[in-house]
Amino acid sequence: MSIVIIDYGVGNLQSLQKAFAHFGVEALITERAEEIKKADGVVLPGVGSFEAGMRGLKARGLIETVQAVAEENRPMLGICLGAQLMLSKGHEFGIHEGLSVIEGEVVKFEAEQVKEKIPEVGWNKVYPPEGVSWEKSIFAGLESPEMYFTHSYIFVPKEFEHVFGNTSYGGVEFCSVIRKGNIYGTQFHPEKSGKAGLALIENFIKLVQSVS
Amino acid sequence: MKNIRIIPTLHIKGHNVVKPIQTEALRVVGNPKELALRYYEEGADELIYLDIVASLYRRNLDFELLKSVTSNIFIPVTVGGGIRTLHDINDALRSGADKVAINTEALRRPEFISEAAREFGSQCIVLYIEAKKQPDGSFEAYTDGGREHSGRDAVEWAKRAIDLGVGEILVSSVDQDGTRKGYDLPLISAIARFAPIPLIAHGGAGNASHLAEVIEKGADAISASSIFHYNEISIAEVKKSLSEKGINVRAENSKLSNSPNF
Repeated sequence: MSIVIIDYGVGNLQSLQKAFAHFGVEALITERAEEIKKADGVVLPGVGSFEAGMRGLKARGLIETVQAVAEENRPMLGICLGAQLMLSKGHEFGIHEGLSVIEGEVVKFEAEQVKEKIPEVGWNKVYPPEGVSWEKSIFAGLESPEMYFTHSYIFVPKEFEHVFGNTSYGGVEFCSVIRKGNIYGTQFHPEKSGKAGLALIENFIKLVQSVS
Repeated sequence: MKNIRIIPTLHIKGHNVVKPIQTEALRVVGNPKELALRYYEEGADELIYLDIVASLYRRNLDFELLKSVTSNIFIPVTVGGGIRTLHDINDALRSGADKVAINTEALRRPEFISEAAREFGSQCIVLYIEAKKQPDGSFEAYTDGGREHSGRDAVEWAKRAIDLGVGEILVSSVDQDGTRKGYDLPLISAIARFAPIPLIAHGGAGNASHLAEVIEKGADAISASSIFHYNEISIAEVKKSLSEKGINVRAENSKLSNSPNF
């Protein structure tokens, strides 16, 4: 069983690697397409702007690689910017094309509607949308876990079926988890979210094991 | 209402956690790795790690020590002390930091804030202000652990730094730090009044009521050191007390029975 963390030039990847190591999994940090292609599970991390993220993937020739992995429904976990990039379009510093692994857009949290400071920095609850079950998913066993967020942009998936978790901030409910089959994207940072975040990482490892 | 973050701060000198008392006296508190792990286990929402001499002697902080301290904790860590270049920030991030706190170099060269925010994103850049009350009631920003004047008004400096792109502000009161007599409420309110970004208050916490007071003045996060270091009050007790006052805090979810069947 092999898991790779895609390095496309953004963010602190060590903490993510450390979270996998906590469960005895040596996740490889790589920017090489051939390593990503043969991995059983792929993590797309990242912090920073949408445009810089897509530029980083493009410069390394990884756009089609990630799309191909998603096409096969291989377990994938996008985190923060990495999850945003999975959608079709981002509205940060202009409009930019995303990976379109899941249909939808990434838009700015509207300051007029949110009755708290933006960016949202801190811990917040994640819960399933009405009628959605977290059983048999990487969120199994977690009950409204509090996770660590730092963001000004939010996911807007086109189809309701891809909304897998919601969060409320300043009186506004937004989609904080997207999912399509074995592909998950979280707006929060599981690797920074204490024990609840680690439980999610552990479940992701189990998912990878189950299909590898 | 959002959750207020409770953040223990580790002041580092050499290989020890120390406690400065109004920047003059220093007491050795303990081992940074052990304390960091204890705070993580006790439910700290983040950690702040400040090397208090790196800047003064124009040294870099000890990245190997930082790496060992952050190796088994899974909450955000803000690191400060002697951060002068983009390269330093990168080194800190590669050693387990998620954000960096910048004071001296930002005062010396304010454009460093914009350069850093552009490179690493605003969420990564925390402005660290060490403020000292002046005879006329205003506050001046100090550098090098509260030793050197900058000549800048602390409140005006916070405004400028927000325009330059910092993502959060850590405000420490040089006068109150180590006294356990409560936070400098006029200082915190003066900045909270206009700050559109999160504000972390530090300096003077002696009991849970002090924390509630400064939250009421607009702090989004609370930093403290002595009260946690000396086990006078635990993080869990602080959270319980705040929660009884109607202030939201994160409660570490003890119920984690994850055994999914895929």
